[in-house]
Amino acid sequence: MTDAVVLGWQQRIRDAAASGRPLRIRGGGSKDFYGQEPVGELLDTTPLAGIVDYDPTELVLTARAGTPLAEVERVLADAGQMLAFEPPHFGPGATLGGTVAAGLSGPRRPYAGAVRDLVLGTRILDGRGTELAFGGRVMKNVAGFDVARLMTGALGTLGVLLEISLKCQPLPKAVTVRVLECGAAESLRLTCGWAAQPLSLAGTCHVDGRLVVRLAGAAPAVAAAAARIGGSAWPEGDALFASLREQTHPFFAAAGGPGRALWRLAVKPTAPYADLGGAQLIEWGGALRWLDLDAGADPQPLRAWAASHGGHATLFRGGDKAAGVFQPLDETLLGLHRRLKANFDPQGILNRGRLYPGL
Amino acid sequence: MLDSAVSSRLAALLPPEAWLTADEDTRAYECDGLTLYRTRPAAVALPETEAQVVAILRQCHQARIPVVARGAGTGLSGGATPDAGGVLLSLAKFRRILAIDPESQTAVVQPGVRNLAISEAAAAHGLYYAPDPSSQIACTIGGNVAENAGGVHCLKYGLTVHNVRRVRGVLIDGSTVEFGGDALDAPGYDLLALINGSEGLLAVITEVTVKLTPKPLLAQVALASFDDVGRAGLAVSAVIGAGIVPAGLEMMDRAATRAVEAFVHANYPLDAQAILLVESDGTPEEVAAEMAEIKRVLAASGATAIRVSTDEKERLLLWSGRKAAFPAVGRIAADYICMDGTIPRRTLPQVLARIDEFSHRFGLACANVFHAGDGNLHPLIMFDANVAEEAERAEAFGAAILELCIEVGGTITGEHGVGIEKIRQMCTQFRPDELTSFLGVKAAFDEHGLLNPGKAVPTLHRCAEFGKMHVHRGALPHPELPRF
Ligand SMILES: Cc1cc2nc3c(=O)[nH]c(=O)nc-3n(C[C@H](O)[C@H](O)[C@H](O)COP(=O)(O)OP(=O)(O)OC[C@H]3O[C@@H](n4cnc5c(N)ncnc54)[C@H](O)[C@@H]3O)c2cc1C
Repeated sequence: MTDAVVLGWQQRIRDAAASGRPLRIRGGGSKDFYGQEPVGELLDTTPLAGIVDYDPTELVLTARAGTPLAEVERVLADAGQMLAFEPPHFGPGATLGGTVAAGLSGPRRPYAGAVRDLVLGTRILDGRGTELAFGGRVMKNVAGFDVARLMTGALGTLGVLLEISLKCQPLPKAVTVRVLECGAAESLRLTCGWAAQPLSLAGTCHVDGRLVVRLAGAAPAVAAAAARIGGSAWPEGDALFASLREQTHPFFAAAGGPGRALWRLAVKPTAPYADLGGAQLIEWGGALRWLDLDAGADPQPLRAWAASHGGHATLFRGGDKAAGVFQPLDETLLGLHRRLKANFDPQGILNRGRLYPGL
Repeated sequence: MLDSAVSSRLAALLPPEAWLTADEDTRAYECDGLTLYRTRPAAVALPETEAQVVAILRQCHQARIPVVARGAGTGLSGGATPDAGGVLLSLAKFRRILAIDPESQTAVVQPGVRNLAISEAAAAHGLYYAPDPSSQIACTIGGNVAENAGGVHCLKYGLTVHNVRRVRGVLIDGSTVEFGGDALDAPGYDLLALINGSEGLLAVITEVTVKLTPKPLLAQVALASFDDVGRAGLAVSAVIGAGIVPAGLEMMDRAATRAVEAFVHANYPLDAQAILLVESDGTPEEVAAEMAEIKRVLAASGATAIRVSTDEKERLLLWSGRKAAFPAVGRIAADYICMDGTIPRRTLPQVLARIDEFSHRFGLACANVFHAGDGNLHPLIMFDANVAEEAERAEAFGAAILELCIEVGGTITGEHGVGIEKIRQMCTQFRPDELTSFLGVKAAFDEHGLLNPGKAVPTLHRCAEFGKMHVHRGALPHPELPRF
């Protein structure tokens, strides 16, 4: 079942391991900006494409890593299903493999789960060029450690993804978007209160003194929830959430501009609103806060603030990556990361340093 | 037996009543829910603070003594079976609920807190902890995380791994570590996913933050009868294919419903070859609409009768039979083993037919209970350990089912874990390279293999031995050991 493309990659990995020269794994390149600077010789995953198996009644799709994300979404939509974690594309070429490696989820994440929640299995090449399969194509599987989920969000530092099985979900029957005028603190109070009730939430966004809420599910439940949260109908509908997912919303256009840095702060949703020195856009019912700062802003206060609220800060776009993109790990966690990296990629050739220096 | 110097150093770390070595005291810990494996541990430690756990692990690490963590001991794969030369570390005294935070819909609990106790404590806020294993009145959250436990509501609300935010634990060298956090993701590798389902091999869990879910306003369950097991299996796919994700979708065959009726009187139709329980929850309007759709699909799939619960009392009654299935079978059979494979849903009819064939071939009865929506099978193989060869036949029957699960593209365990019970089939499901990789993950956390040794992941050497054992069936090494 190993095809010519994979055989070729195995040889390249073995050569790279022998020479110690790193490989830079890349799908559509839509997430080149994310993480520490990629280094090494290009390993292009797009030749390994195609949906391997999809049966809507199983709610499982299996596809090769280089399959365009857009193709996966189209096939699912034709069958009335979706990837509920709403992965951002960030460009036309986004692949399924890059989506899983980057581990990023969109506006629906708090309500439908993250990428890792829906990954059921992966087939990979490790840093020795050995083909390995973890997890599977079934909903429940506890045989062996959950390495399939470990690969999710590892930014390709533990293996080259070959094939991925994901759980799919039916598209909601009804979607409604509401808007309320309020400040950030009030918005947080409202969204935390709503999250404790059965309200069909499917996305929240606070920016520029406005809280926009998306509700999705069965039509009667969505109507009841809309009445419950009040406000008024949002004329743009779902398009706003598409612009958050793809960061085409004006907030992100400004934050991604020259001399700016876009910070991503993932925190406990109840963390109070804090002035962190720049404009904020709040998603995920308070659990995700985007911050537009000067490129030269000191990361320390942000990291400290996020940590004090149970979370972490990431330099998402722009700014100075030399100071580190991701929140530093404590000694014990770093030790575990190093030893896991050594297990999967002993020569340290796969996406060297993309996640943390030395990994 | 522990070296006496080591033993006294360990004993000094705990109050006298929390360090047990006498035979009559350690006996209570000799097995978990898989009772056919029994081993007395050299000692049982009952710490009540994390500092004590750290001190014990550090000592054991230094002296290279194996440690087996234990919650309530309800595990069904032998995961908490003690090591004869090691310490059995019970987390039973860690039973405090540290915080319930309705604002962030989370609870912070110690590992020995019972699954159901979390929902009970959260109820005042209209919240509950969604994963509901049938053992939920007894099993602990630490054990749930270690096994990535599931329940009848996991189809819609996810498994343990989907409902845990943060796990605090102690590594074998005594260092404390936190996986995940209060945010929805954490930096670096997803070690939180890795610790779920790690069967006590990677760290001792000392604290867990779980996600709580708002209680639905209403829940209703439909009971559908079928005159053919295969048709019931197809109805399961039809429900999912119609875009419905029920709150629960369970199936029982006739052998199971008969056993249950004699035990709890859940009012199940005894003439049906199989029944499905399909639950819908949400707002009253939502449930009404979804239930109408469920009934339509079930009828179109050939259900011979459909009954929908009209109040909470009736709903609980209909579920009581499903929840009591294991003990009910325990009453009609001298012994039984519960298998736990998962298969692609579409292969249900084919797999059920094969299990029926096996039942005839091995001459043993089998009752089938499934988390059908997830394709997770629980065939209960009935036998009598006192009848010569029956235990061996039951084991062979079970092995045939597991191999069938692998053959149709499934897995040998959906929620009960590998433990020692399925360690042999790990050699079939995974290739040597994959097992080596698992062993590398283990070594990254526990270089000397001291935490729960011999469980979950076989060494290649053991797989080779098993291979030999298969060939030389007539002359098993150590015939005195039970083989389940
Ligand atoms: C009647 C019955 C019905 C059941 N139904 C279900 C079901 O529906 N779904 C399901 O998933 N399971 C079910 N089970 C199996 C069992 O209840 C679960 O596996 C449960 O999660 C075990 O919890 P426990 O506290 O009893 O753990 P134990 O049996 O004590 O331990 C299980 C494993 O977890 C490890 N462990 C325990 N605590 C810790 C800790 N603090 N740190 C590190 N490791 C730890 C142990 O070493 C062992 O490997 C059922 C069992 C019975 C007897």
